[in-house]
Amino acid sequence: MCLAVPGKILSMTDADALSRMGRIDFAGVVKEVSLAYVPEAEIGDYVIVHAGFAISVLDQEEAKQSLLAFAEMDAQED
Amino acid sequence: MKFVDEFRDPQRVKQWVQAIQEITTQPWTIMEVCGGQTHSIIKHGLDQLLPESINLIHGPGCPVCVTPIAYIDKALSIAQEEDVILCSFGDMLRVPGSQDDLLSLKSLGADIRIVYSPLDALVLAEQNPDKKIVFFAVGFETTAPTCAMAVYQAKQRGLTNFYMLACHVRVPPVMQALLDAPDNTVQGFLGAGHVCSIMGYHEYPPISAQYQIPIVVTGFEPVDILQGLFLCIQQLERGEASVENQYKRVVTEQGNLPAQQLMKEVYQVLDRQWRGLGNIAQSGFALSDEYAAWNAEMHFSVADIQSNESRECRSGEILKGLIKPAQCPAFNTRCTPEHPLGATMVSSEGACAAYYHYRRYQND
Repeated sequence: MCLAVPGKILSMTDADALSRMGRIDFAGVVKEVSLAYVPEAEIGDYVIVHAGFAISVLDQEEAKQSLLAFAEMDAQED
Repeated sequence: MKFVDEFRDPQRVKQWVQAIQEITTQPWTIMEVCGGQTHSIIKHGLDQLLPESINLIHGPGCPVCVTPIAYIDKALSIAQEEDVILCSFGDMLRVPGSQDDLLSLKSLGADIRIVYSPLDALVLAEQNPDKKIVFFAVGFETTAPTCAMAVYQAKQRGLTNFYMLACHVRVPPVMQALLDAPDNTVQGFLGAGHVCSIMGYHEYPPISAQYQIPIVVTGFEPVDILQGLFLCIQQLERGEASVENQYKRVVTEQGNLPAQQLMKEVYQVLDRQWRGLGNIAQSGFALSDEYAAWNAEMHFSVADIQSNESRECRSGEILKGLIKPAQCPAFNTRCTPEHPLGATMVSSEGACAAYYHYRRYQND
């Protein structure tokens, strides 16, 4: 049930926060999902989607940092 | 694929495996809580890359697997009522109840449908005003807010033909129940990434402190899992016990506040029965009294249903990490995904299904 693949927000409706829907691109597969739980999301953001709802906006800076973690660890040991 | 390929990069995987090998000086037993993580570990063969002294045990984080058989029986009973359309997530249809499963009932003519999102069930209710739409809602804190929104919107829209059979479960109480068990072997946890994206991880420091156990909130890709394991083993080797967050790109300490707020509005916390694990205090969500009009258990007569678990299925021991799937005598003989004895063989997140699917039994 936990789909870890983030999708990119292509567009979103103008509805109120709880009814807002977005079209999300998962590497070519586009799905319509609720954005009710990510009021901060903007077009172009990547989101984690679960059971038709975006549940988290991916923090791109943290993604970069987490990939750098190994290099940093190496540097600390040296 | 962006934010996926980097976290499956073989070079990075190799580096983390080597780093784990370098810091490991003694045997450790670590449980990944979430079934999605179990699936990833077995699919990518991560456990086979680790030092032999690292024992991964597969936790109870598969919602389909831990849903008590009584709820399957309740769903089966409701689905047989006239004018009912019962809907749920796909995996739930194949989980055996005491006598039958929902898919068999569907083949006999019952109106049972698979939905992708709880909101799809709401659309069905609007499109079929002469029918009763019952959504069989299972899942952890990740799924609970998606179902909460469906009920909340049903109330907002004044829908009187939508009901929810809710059997949600919470992760922290089951982690504590596992640690309290006299036969517990778990020395460290990989926390469930997406549950924490909703709930944050502020519930974990008291558990980590009380049981002196490292908890590392972890994602789902190979690099995530290996990095999570590294952080966990590093703590164990240093004799430390704290909460760390490996999955920072998705999880914050406070979690998803709008989702938590709606869950508070719709649910109450109560004791819950877990398949194979028994009753765990404060481990479930049910609809609050304000939402009683949408509660399927209030509307349909399902309170007195008697249920019987398969005596042959050893999923309880598997969910506690006491045995591996291939050690069950029924595995791949009387129990297969086509003819499952228990839920761990049904769900894509179930440990037995993962071992079966990736043919892990041939080498064990």
